[in-house]
Amino acid sequence: MSVTYLEAIRAAQEKALTDDPRVFIYGQDVGAFGGAFKATKNLAAEFPGRVMDAPLSEDAIVGLAVGAAIEGARPIVEMQFADFSTVGFNQIVNQAATLYYRTDVPCPIVVRLPSGGTLGAGPFHSQSMEAIYSHYPGLVVMTPATVEDAYSMMLEAVSIDDPVIFCEHKLLYYHLKADKLPDVAQPAGKARIARAGRDATLVTYSAMLHESLQAAEDLVEEGWQIEVIDLRTVKPLDTDTVLASVARTGRLLVVGEAWPWGGVTAEVISRVATEGFGLLDAAPMRLNAKDTPVPYHPDLWAAHRPTATTVAARLRQLLTQ
Amino acid sequence: MVTAVKEKTVAHNDLDPALIVRAYRVMLLARATEDKLASLYRAGMIKGGVFLGKGQEALSTASSIFLKKGDIFGPLIRDQAGRLAFGDTVLDTLRTYLGSAQGPMRGRDGNIHRGRPRDGYYAMISHLGALVPVVAGGLYARRLRGETGVVGVTSIGDGGTSTGAFHEGINMAAVEHLPLVVVVANNQYAYSTPNNRQFACADLLDKAAGYGIAGFKCDGTDPMACLETLRLAVQAAREGNGPQLVVATLLRLVGHGEHDDAGYVDAALRKANVGRDCLEVGARQLIAADLATADNISQWTKEAQAEVETALNKAQREKGPNPNAEDWQAISTEHLVDGHYDAEEE
Ligand SMILES: Cc1ncc(C[n+]2csc(CCOP(=O)(O)OP(=O)(O)O)c2C)c(N)n1
Ligand SMILES: [Mg+2]
Repeated sequence: MSVTYLEAIRAAQEKALTDDPRVFIYGQDVGAFGGAFKATKNLAAEFPGRVMDAPLSEDAIVGLAVGAAIEGARPIVEMQFADFSTVGFNQIVNQAATLYYRTDVPCPIVVRLPSGGTLGAGPFHSQSMEAIYSHYPGLVVMTPATVEDAYSMMLEAVSIDDPVIFCEHKLLYYHLKADKLPDVAQPAGKARIARAGRDATLVTYSAMLHESLQAAEDLVEEGWQIEVIDLRTVKPLDTDTVLASVARTGRLLVVGEAWPWGGVTAEVISRVATEGFGLLDAAPMRLNAKDTPVPYHPDLWAAHRPTATTVAARLRQLLTQ
Repeated sequence: MVTAVKEKTVAHNDLDPALIVRAYRVMLLARATEDKLASLYRAGMIKGGVFLGKGQEALSTASSIFLKKGDIFGPLIRDQAGRLAFGDTVLDTLRTYLGSAQGPMRGRDGNIHRGRPRDGYYAMISHLGALVPVVAGGLYARRLRGETGVVGVTSIGDGGTSTGAFHEGINMAAVEHLPLVVVVANNQYAYSTPNNRQFACADLLDKAAGYGIAGFKCDGTDPMACLETLRLAVQAAREGNGPQLVVATLLRLVGHGEHDDAGYVDAALRKANVGRDCLEVGARQLIAADLATADNISQWTKEAQAEVETALNKAQREKGPNPNAEDWQAISTEHLVDGHYDAEEE
């Protein structure tokens, strides 16, 4: 038996609903239909009254979750696509994110964002929004790249007392598989060395982990050993693991699918440059999507986002400078 | 001054026969175009989703057919017909789905996300409701420029009426007394979500009273009723009576997108009046009114299909965008383009 990334997210929500009566799910089409991607398949039938179709109102959906959280519930809300969370942005960044700081009352909501590009999805069904949410104090931002993390981090997201932005990558939904769901989990907030290496550190997260691992594999033939770090959670960002790796390799490339201005890749480089400057043998590099909306045409999209090919090319640059 | 809600189901005495025929032929062309899109999708020739308006052609056509050059049209998901009635072409439709560099979106955006804003044909973003205030803004600017008699029409689904932007946009248009017509296609579902999980008012038309604007109701499966209703609504807006809300009831006769089998649709609805195919209703109406014979209609259908084939042959031969030749710039002000990232790539 194998389980996909999407099934892991569904299973984690099922477990959360089973284990904790305070949990409920709210979002467009999440009920009998099971969600646009089927992440809540059958849950409405299994948990009557706790998995409900919402009106087409992201602002109100997040607002409702915040109110429910104040009263002790632990809502999971699904945005149909991450891109539509901009319509609920005010409630996320001003209501949910400030509540604990202002009132000492925590806000245990999970906002699920089906994120990232897929073939032919175009400008409004492809966005990666982790950087924007990380910018706001008061939010935890998770970006699982593996089936195991999708499962265990979703469970952890529900259990922690703060608002969690759960960026799940649509490209991984169906094709990424694991043999089984994990029994033990690495806690959120800790990065993971996905591949050990000595020549350079490649820091990444979410779907870009897989492009990066492929690139690292491609460079083996050329004699390079690349260490690949999966951040897992981009806020908080596990700087220690990154610095420890750079201390071993002396070189750093950071890869992300989001836009280049600011963002996770810039944050990692900024931290290493300020706290680990002496560890670097070469200027750190980064690779992001291009600074335009995510294009529709497959050829444009392929050129817009980092791929194993462009990651490998950037690594060669890094290794030979 | 705002007009009180006049809830009416209108008769179709004042329609120009030539316009009725033109409208019906647009509906046929939209259907032929969408049938082709569906088969291209099934053949794997379209990347991404395909979202069709089958069953909504009558309402969609009526939404824009009373508009003139210089008016504004902001169509949404189910508006292939209204787009064609406003001057979009089958060729540009196919180009956009196939990603031709020669289409209006040049491969940068696709499918229903297309338009030519310079021609008053606004290009929707996916975020539902977002176009309502934008069309209002277009009308606001026209008024600032001293233009009179301009009308803007935008459409939305039952689901889209639950957005903040819909509410804010209509309220603002009412406050500004703008010539905006909002056409709500209540096709009973927003993706899988039925009306009873979407709104609690007895009728979406009730919202018009809350905004202080005029409201019209019509049977979206009845082409004549759609035409007459929109004729009145557009005329009222053009004559300076402020925003008009049109609510039509109908059913989409396809899935939300071509990936969706619409298994959630209540079978009773399919059999009810809302489940009628407006093309069939229209054919009966044309024949009854002596505006066409059954032979005319099958001839027009063939002509529509031939037009689609011709356009497809052309669109399929056109090249997609070349990533290496793209300028990869998202702003028009050359000297303010942040060229840093290009340099980073060298
Ligand atoms: C703000 C926003 N949230 C979610 C979506 C995802 N979505 C696309 S179409 C759709 C249903 C729309 O229903 P309705 O407005 O009734 O139009 P219909 O599809 O029935 O024509 C949803 C939820 C969206 N496009 N925009
Ligand atoms: Mg609808």
